Amino acid sequence: MIEALAFYMFATILIMSALMVITARNPVYAVLFLILAFFNAAGLFILLGAEFIAMILVIVYVGAVAVLFLFVVMMLNIGQSNVKTGLVKYMPVGALVGFTLLGELIWLYTSWDISKYAVHQRLAPILAEDSEISNTHALGEILYTNNVYLFQLSGLILLVAMIGAIVLTLRSRKGVRKQTISEQVSRERSDVIEVKHVGFGKGVQ
Amino acid sequence: MAEYEQLLNIGMAHYLTVSAILFVLGVFGIFLNKRNMIVILMSIELILLSVVINMVTFSSYLQDLTGQVFAMFILTVAAAEAAIGLAILITFFRNKGSIAVEDIRAMKG
Repeated sequence: MIEALAFYMFATILIMSALMVITARNPVYAVLFLILAFFNAAGLFILLGAEFIAMILVIVYVGAVAVLFLFVVMMLNIGQSNVKTGLVKYMPVGALVGFTLLGELIWLYTSWDISKYAVHQRLAPILAEDSEISNTHALGEILYTNNVYLFQLSGLILLVAMIGAIVLTLRSRKGVRKQTISEQVSRERSDVIEVKHVGFGKGVQ
Repeated sequence: MAEYEQLLNIGMAHYLTVSAILFVLGVFGIFLNKRNMIVILMSIELILLSVVINMVTFSSYLQDLTGQVFAMFILTVAAAEAAIGLAILITFFRNKGSIAVEDIRAMKG
């Protein structure tokens, strides 16, 4: 009973905030509703018994990705967007595609039946709830052994993304005086001082 | 009474329906927003979140932990995608002074 209530609360708030994300006129509100959606998805994960993914979602998504969005929205200083123009023009096609997809997906999912052979195909069975090993511990045990190459690969993806983001946003401003220590240190006397012999009545040429 | 029972017994179909609605909302957001590219990026985040909910649901109901490991990889890729997307957005804003989707037509033949 309590679980059902919690599920319906999390699911309703999740869907409502997702709806607000795509309809909010102010992008800052959209990001804030995105954060609310992530929190409620984390609640759903806790109901499903995946505590570690729930915490990762709160820490990584709310703490890093959503705040990154918030920074960019505030930095770019975009005004209120007028959703109405797009709404009228693209509503029929969007609604057609959306409701077709939704109907198909719900039809598929509600008639889903787990095969009895699937039980024997499990790669890493979840232990019983009363066992000593927690969800995080069990995840770590298969993440660093069976999936270690994928783990390394995801680290590589993050590295490439980091370098890519830095390269894309790096720019050299013109007209900004910068101190380059190596140039200052390697300055020679001959580079900056020249001895001129000035003749009488001629001045420096 | 039977329908009432089905409403209270939360099963796999309930979670998968939530995930499907979230997915469609994300797709709908891409259709709807023609003024603001950031909202399109947020819609992609919603779509990836729905995929993660799908993965974790199947992992939980099949009692197999592999789905949660792959959910973590999806979160990694989503974070990388958000970082690159926002970097491209900032570069575009510097060049054009706007992030409206209608203004992105430099590659139009």
